[in-house]
Amino acid sequence: MLLQVDNISKSYGSLKVTRDVSFSVEEGHTLGILGPNGAGKTTLFNLISGDVRVDSGRISFAGRDVSALRPHQRCRAGIGRSYQVPHPFGNMSVFENLVTAACFGAQVSERAAWDMAEEILAKTGLLAQANKPAGSLTLLNRKRLELARALATRPRLLLLDEIAGGLTEPEAAELVAELKRIKAEGVTMIWIEHVVHALMSIADRLLVINFGEKLAEGEPQAVMNNPDVRRVYMGLEA
Amino acid sequence: MGATVIRSTRGSKAVLAGAVVAVVVAASLPLWGESSWMREFVEISCYLIFAMMWNLLAGYGGMVSVGQQAFFGLGGYVMLALGNLYGVNPFLAIPIAAAVAALASLPVSKLAFRLQGGYFSIGTWVIAEVFRLSIANVSAVGGGSGTSLTALRGISRSVRESTTYWVALACVVASVALVYVFLRSKEGLALQAIRDSEVAAESQGIGVERMKLAVYVVAAFGCGMAGALYFVSNLRISPDAAFGVDWTAFAIFIVMIGGIGRIEGPVIGAIVFWALNKFCSDYGTWYQLGLGLLAIVMTLFFREGLGGFLNRRLGFDMLPTRRILKLGAEPVALKSQPVVEARV
Repeated sequence: MLLQVDNISKSYGSLKVTRDVSFSVEEGHTLGILGPNGAGKTTLFNLISGDVRVDSGRISFAGRDVSALRPHQRCRAGIGRSYQVPHPFGNMSVFENLVTAACFGAQVSERAAWDMAEEILAKTGLLAQANKPAGSLTLLNRKRLELARALATRPRLLLLDEIAGGLTEPEAAELVAELKRIKAEGVTMIWIEHVVHALMSIADRLLVINFGEKLAEGEPQAVMNNPDVRRVYMGLEA
Repeated sequence: MGATVIRSTRGSKAVLAGAVVAVVVAASLPLWGESSWMREFVEISCYLIFAMMWNLLAGYGGMVSVGQQAFFGLGGYVMLALGNLYGVNPFLAIPIAAAVAALASLPVSKLAFRLQGGYFSIGTWVIAEVFRLSIANVSAVGGGSGTSLTALRGISRSVRESTTYWVALACVVASVALVYVFLRSKEGLALQAIRDSEVAAESQGIGVERMKLAVYVVAAFGCGMAGALYFVSNLRISPDAAFGVDWTAFAIFIVMIGGIGRIEGPVIGAIVFWALNKFCSDYGTWYQLGLGLLAIVMTLFFREGLGGFLNRRLGFDMLPTRRILKLGAEPVALKSQPVVEARV
């Protein structure tokens, strides 16, 4: 298992946002995460990436307990992430955004970072925007930049938070094709997404959470047919 | 085939060459200039260095300190104590005083870094007041009413003034050069990333806390140096002058006018501040009101400052820290002819 999450919990005061959640992701696999708004999906990501510390439980990555590590240490260990609301380095160019991620996330020399950045820009269709300030990009390109920058940290595990949200149908299809290429390179992914058919086309397994708790986990089709999932997530009577 | 990255343009090289010429000319000023010019230069140097440090802290590190006068005053007092009490040459005491300020910033950061945003600003101000009150109780350096720097009494006025001037020039050149080289380096990328988004910087592998601490210590060093330099020139120190919040207020003004979070900002801002001070300070209170109003207007409507405005008008960055990726077919988006500096 590349990522092993054991009984993690997180509360803000009396509000339990993550309750005793456990799951694991195999190397090279893609885990899709579904759940209603406010179910605690992004919190789960924040716990894995280290933006938020767990109250209890344990997160192991590549056989090493990372629960106590700071976010930048987890990034260097190989956990890359994108944010649901893009956080570009707005006054820096798109190219510099990637160079920064490569220098500090992948910890390569600056020269090597230039080459990596150029290659990833070409791969993610951002080359024409390379020298524009990241803050001036359109939504689609900001989402692409989130993905590209996360890739520049050379992650073994990529956490994608709703990167298809707000995109048009053709844009989402393009994104899925890109993710398939990344997956084919052997990158393990966890993807939070409301665009279910996009998620289903890539995910090897699905995890559904509700009120911070694990509701279902397993093969995508089986999970989608689960009566609890149909009731909670799709609003259908089982 | 590797990436080709452009780091400077003909225009920016010309600016750099011009700066070198200006420094050489400035270095010869004691041979032909008047002593009042030298005094003015030393004073504005102190403001410039102080403002540059504030720009690093607030403009890049997101730490809006209102208490950098703590290190400015400390630098001044350490220089004075070394000179008056221990017989150290005050010019040699300047770097020592700066180092002491940097050292002092370590325990202070433990306290200040517990606070965030507005609380940090007020907290740093309170810490500076603690410094002021503590020094005011040390009778060896004159207590609340201050004292004079006696260590330079044996030196003739003209030697003292020209040496002070040269030291100030060296401090300014070193500060600008170091900040510039730093911002162009790999670590400079990290600092700019922190400026734009702390959360994203941390998640991209940048140790934000350590970087901020480094910036805080460097800023304390710079402020301590400016303080020591100022009182070598001024010859008289008092807690109110050394630890006054005015220092930070003027630094904020200088940085806002020149452009916050850009390296040219404090340099251009300091020149404007000097000019305003020289030609308008006779208006007293109205002058200060005007400064405040100008700062407010700049903050609201011209966030890029004069530095950003000039860069846009010129079509190139005067002191470029950017990395421009050379794209195959497309002509590079710079009006000035690019100079390819590095090829991999």
